[in-house]
Amino acid sequence: MAAKTVLNYLPRKSVIHELTGTTKLAFFLLFTFASMITYNTWVLLGLMAVSFAAFKMSHIQFREVRFMMVFMLVFLLLNNLFIFLFDPNQGTALYGTRHVLCHLFWRYDVTAEQLFYMLNISLKYFVALPVAIFFISATNPSEFAASLNSIGISYKVGYSVAIALRYIPDIQRDYHNISQAQQARGVELGKSEPFFARLKNSVSILLPLILTSLNRIDTISNAMELRGFGKNKKRTWYTRRPFARNDWVAIGLGMVLLLISLTVTIRFGRFYNPFV
Amino acid sequence: MKSNNNIKTVVAVGIGAALFFVLGRFVAIPSPVPNTNISLQYAVLALLAGMYGPVAGGLIGFIGHTLIDLSWGGSPWWSWVIASAFVGVVMGLFAKKLNIAEGDFGKGKFITFTIGNVVAHAVAWIVIAPVLDILIYAEPANKVFAQGAFAAVSNIITGVVVGGLLVLAYTKTIAKKGSLDKE
Repeated sequence: MAAKTVLNYLPRKSVIHELTGTTKLAFFLLFTFASMITYNTWVLLGLMAVSFAAFKMSHIQFREVRFMMVFMLVFLLLNNLFIFLFDPNQGTALYGTRHVLCHLFWRYDVTAEQLFYMLNISLKYFVALPVAIFFISATNPSEFAASLNSIGISYKVGYSVAIALRYIPDIQRDYHNISQAQQARGVELGKSEPFFARLKNSVSILLPLILTSLNRIDTISNAMELRGFGKNKKRTWYTRRPFARNDWVAIGLGMVLLLISLTVTIRFGRFYNPFV
Repeated sequence: MKSNNNIKTVVAVGIGAALFFVLGRFVAIPSPVPNTNISLQYAVLALLAGMYGPVAGGLIGFIGHTLIDLSWGGSPWWSWVIASAFVGVVMGLFAKKLNIAEGDFGKGKFITFTIGNVVAHAVAWIVIAPVLDILIYAEPANKVFAQGAFAAVSNIITGVVVGGLLVLAYTKTIAKKGSLDKE
C-alpha cells in the first residue's frame, strides 16, 4: 500500500545512472524549461525523441514505472476533457482559423485547430514524462542534496530537502499509527460523517502528528548543532562525485536543447501553425 | 542561541515539507464534491509558517509540492508549486502578528489568521496559479480560473477551519506568557 520511498530509486548499471546527480538535476531542469517554453510541434517531437532515447539508455523497464505512466495518462485524458468542456474554441483562439470537422451539440464543435492544440498539449506530457521518470528512478536520493548544492542552491536548503526525503517514510508511519489509534477510539473520517465533523475529526489526527513532528525537529536540530552544522559558508558532501566526460556531454546537450527551443520560440513564435 | 534558531528553521523546513508531502500524497479525506479530497497540507502549512516565518513557509510549500508532483511521476506543475510557496510566504508574514509561540490565540488573532488565509489562498489560486497556467501552459482561461476558484474555496475552508482548530489546540499545549502569578 504505502510507497516505501518517495523517489522510487531503481539502482542499475547504466550510462544514465553513472552520471552524477548534479548532471541529472541540471539536465532535468534544462529539459523541463525547454519543453515548457515551446509549443512548436516539431521541437516537441524532437524533444520527445531525446526523452525516450534517454529513458531507453537508463535500462529502466516499462513495467517498473507502469504506475506513473498509467496515472499520467489518466491525468492527461482528464485534462484534455476539461479543456474541451471549458473552451472548445481555444484552438481557434490560438491559431486564428476554424475548420469544423463535425458538430456535436450546443457550442461544441470539433475543430481541427482544437484537436491540434490538444495533440500539442498531450505531446508536452509525453516529452516530460520519460525524463521525469528517469530523473526520479536513476538518482540516488542521498546524492540529491549534494546536487542541489552543486547547482548553486544554498546547502541549507539542500539539507532541508534531504531531511524531507529521509523523514517522509517515518512521518507516513506516524500518520498511519495515529489515524488507526484514533479510528479505534471512534474518530471517523469517511463519508458517513458530515463534512464539518470530518474536518474537525482530522484535527484530532493532525495535532498528535504535529506534536511528534515538533519533537522531531527539536531532536534533529540539537543533534545537528552538536555536530556544528551551519558553522561555515560551504560544506563538502560524501556522495558528491567529480564530473566525468559524459556529464559534460549531457549538460551540453541540455543547454543545446534549451537554446534550440528558445531560438525557435523567438524567431518563429511559440506555436507552429499548419493552418495558414 | 541565534544559530540554533537557524538550524531549527532548516530542520523545520525539512520536516514540514515531509508532513506536507505525506498529507498531500497519501491522506484522502473526501470532500462534498465528488472525486476531490480535502487538502489538509495547507492547514499544517499555515501552522508551521506561523511558527517559523515566511522563508520557512515558502520553502515548505515549494519543496513539499514539488515532491508530491515528482512522486506522481510527472515533472512538477510549476505554476501550482509557486502558488503553494506563495501561500507559505503570506502565512509566514502574518507570523509576527499571531505570535503563536506565546500560547495565546484569542478572537482577534483568529480574525487575523482568517484574513491571512483568505488573502493567501485567494491570491495564490485565483491569480497566481491560473495566470502562470496561461503563460506557461497556454491553457484556456476559463478552465484554469474555474479550477483555481475551486481550489481557493476548498483551501480557504481547510485553512481556516482545520488550520484554526490546529493552532488553537497547539497554543493550548504550551504555557501562556505571563501565566505564572507572583504570590
